[in-house]
Amino acid sequence: MKTRDEVTPGGYRPRRDAFWFARSRAYTVFVLRELTSVFVAWTVVFLLLLVDAVLGGSLPEFAALAARPWMIALNVLALAATCFHAITFLNLAPRATVVRLDGYRLPAWLIQGGNHSLWLAVSAVVAFFVLRGFQ
Amino acid sequence: MRRTPEPYLWLLFSGGGVVAALLLPVLVLLFGVLMPLGVVDWPAAEHLRALLDSPPVRVALVVVVVLCLFHAAHRVRHTSEELFGIARFDVVIALLCYGGAVAGGVVAAVLMV
Repeated sequence: MKTRDEVTPGGYRPRRDAFWFARSRAYTVFVLRELTSVFVAWTVVFLLLLVDAVLGGSLPEFAALAARPWMIALNVLALAATCFHAITFLNLAPRATVVRLDGYRLPAWLIQGGNHSLWLAVSAVVAFFVLRGFQ
Repeated sequence: MRRTPEPYLWLLFSGGGVVAALLLPVLVLLFGVLMPLGVVDWPAAEHLRALLDSPPVRVALVVVVVLCLFHAAHRVRHTSEELFGIARFDVVIALLCYGGAVAGGVVAAVLMV
């Protein structure tokens, strides 16, 4: 839906398409990528609740809350959103950083590959310490 | 030249984006999906408590929380302004978003002390 053009004392304001993000696939993907931030915030809140439960001795109650169907559904969405965030954010690195080795510019795929390898390595280390650790 | 906090906010946004990308998917996969579904057993509370008892881990967690929340706040600020055409309220929206991030950081710090 478009609003009318406006001419105000502050100047000309062209009409605005309220559904501009639906005009092209690129715009929709852009908005979806930006909206992953809401799930990033939710995941942090969820982890703070977990930390509070661990430190407060109420882990069983937290586990029961986390096992509710709506909570699992929310966290599946959060997982998809944080993975989408990770892939798109790590892929952006070559546009923000130019790495040169003896005058040779590293290709984008090498930087992206390094980032994704680091992501896998960090995930493996975190999973190791959470699930097992040095026992 | 007029000083602006924008470069620092973009710095926090970038740092938070990297931290969120590297750490959050595995944590939400384990604690939010696999453990509640019973695919993986919940670790003993003592094990998780022992992890959190380490001062470097506590400091790192506060840093992770602050960076991730600033990242989210920065994106929510700009996306909401673009999506709803409310950029003229930028100051109020920025205060709400970054205020929420600061509040979350304070909560994390209080939890860890």
